[in-house]
Amino acid sequence: MAELRKERLDRGVKVRADSIYAVSSMKEIMFLIGPGLALIIVLLVVPLLLTPYWQRVFAITGIYVLLSISFGFLAGYVGLVCLGGAFFVGVGGYISGLLNTVGVPMFLCIPLAMLLGGLFCTVALLPCLPLRGVYFAIVSFVYPLFFARLIPATGWFGGTDGLPGLEVFSNQWGLLYLMVGVILVVIFGISRLVNYEDIGLVFRGVKDNEQAIKASGLNLTWYKAQAVFISAVMGCFGGAYLTHMYGWVGISLFATDFSIMPLAATVVGGVGTIFGPLVGAFLLVPISEALRAFGTLRIVFYAVILVFFVVFWTEGLVDYLKRKYEQFEHWVRV
Amino acid sequence: MNSDIILHVEKVSKTFGGVKAVDGVSFTLQRGDVLGVIGPNGSGKTTLSNLITGFVEKDSGRVIFNGQDITRWPPHKIADAGLARTFQVMRPYPTLPAYKNIIPPLYSPRARRSARGKLGDRSAVAIDILEEVGFERDARVPYKLAGTLPLGYLKRLELCRCLALQPELIICDEVFSGLSMSEIASMVPLMKKLQDSGITLIMVEHRLRELFKIADRAIVLNFGAKIAEGSPQQIFNDENVKKAYFGGEDNTYVFK
Repeated sequence: MAELRKERLDRGVKVRADSIYAVSSMKEIMFLIGPGLALIIVLLVVPLLLTPYWQRVFAITGIYVLLSISFGFLAGYVGLVCLGGAFFVGVGGYISGLLNTVGVPMFLCIPLAMLLGGLFCTVALLPCLPLRGVYFAIVSFVYPLFFARLIPATGWFGGTDGLPGLEVFSNQWGLLYLMVGVILVVIFGISRLVNYEDIGLVFRGVKDNEQAIKASGLNLTWYKAQAVFISAVMGCFGGAYLTHMYGWVGISLFATDFSIMPLAATVVGGVGTIFGPLVGAFLLVPISEALRAFGTLRIVFYAVILVFFVVFWTEGLVDYLKRKYEQFEHWVRV
Repeated sequence: MNSDIILHVEKVSKTFGGVKAVDGVSFTLQRGDVLGVIGPNGSGKTTLSNLITGFVEKDSGRVIFNGQDITRWPPHKIADAGLARTFQVMRPYPTLPAYKNIIPPLYSPRARRSARGKLGDRSAVAIDILEEVGFERDARVPYKLAGTLPLGYLKRLELCRCLALQPELIICDEVFSGLSMSEIASMVPLMKKLQDSGITLIMVEHRLRELFKIADRAIVLNFGAKIAEGSPQQIFNDENVKKAYFGGEDNTYVFK
């Protein structure tokens, strides 16, 4: 009886000549750009297929996607574990809301909230950037808790009631496709930044080779601050977007979910990839929404999924799919 | 102060727990010179370079580089002032082409200043620097993944990281250690070339024979303290040095 054995073959499409990719046919070009193209098409088409309720879910998922990408970028490429998702969302949301109450139109509020919020968050986190270890994670996690107590206690910015009656997106499609556009810009922008731009090498050095970066005459803290700023801008956009989706700002913007969900999404999608957090967030947030009927029991489902990935599938979804995409597997007779 | 003095180290000390790693070491270095730093294992050579370059905080003492007091400066600022260093343990990006390892230092303010804003394509500049130290462009060595390079190339890659800064002084931490004789033979002329191009060198070394092909003066450390300074001949004839290395017996034939 013939025995069967599984054989793996790398796809012969990528002919690597040192640093140059030699691509010689349409099929190979499609193989290389296929995944990116598929992502663009899926993101453009999916909102069209959803009911208005799930369109809302899609928009909120988008916020988590941005937060997850920013978490994945800082954790996987700069070596900073940032639990400041809620901080970024809250600061972005409040700045946008406050500007809107003094009469700045919405289309100006959002970019201003991104810029000012990014600066505010970076400056607030600056003192713990020179430190190594868990301090950055702790401080970034504690800031939103601090603001969520400070605002009701002092009654600033509307106190417990928040700021109601803000301008909202007049058009549901505008709301959805703004998010799709931002996600696409962010995902391809960050992926280019870390893989092809020279500054990506500096960020990687900050993560893996601190000494060499210092010996190269580069100020470690300055480059960490730049990376945090990039992340904070993404998070602040999420907050401003949420504000103008509901027309309301409140302390619920500082909810811990915004800090923890990106971590979970990155674990599921794969640490050290840019597309992993995106895939993870697009899976987890809708699952969490679908499990809403189970009430608090959904946390249990959630925990099971997480434990499963941490224990049995550490590499995450994206690395696994990437490997399958680049290899043929078939059974051969021995 | 004489303007030809590039580095002046004054009574630098460092204690780790109860161990005096570096104990009141002083020396002065003229521009363009090559100074060897030698001593038995654990005598504080690497700690001394860490102290000068700011990677370890000094307990006491002063360091003056180019007339500036750099005693309390952070490492990146010292490197930016033109005092570069190599590391004994190199950690390149193993999965990236060799030339990409030279890109971070090209980002430094110093590299930008010296190019007067006309740095252009950093990859091209990086490859030029690598070629200068013997990464054959025609054999596409600069494009090889850093993880696949032999140790001799890695040591030169580490030197290139310094050269990208256009430094005035390089502290080389054991560039010869772990290399084969033929690799060392090609390294010696490279160090001479660096010296000829006007760069001052401090060479922390174990391999005395090769060191003294390049260095005209050396200091000897033992248990953190400087026990001798001078020309090779002076050092070999110094009683303290003999004691430190050979326990006091006359074994100078080793050096011949």
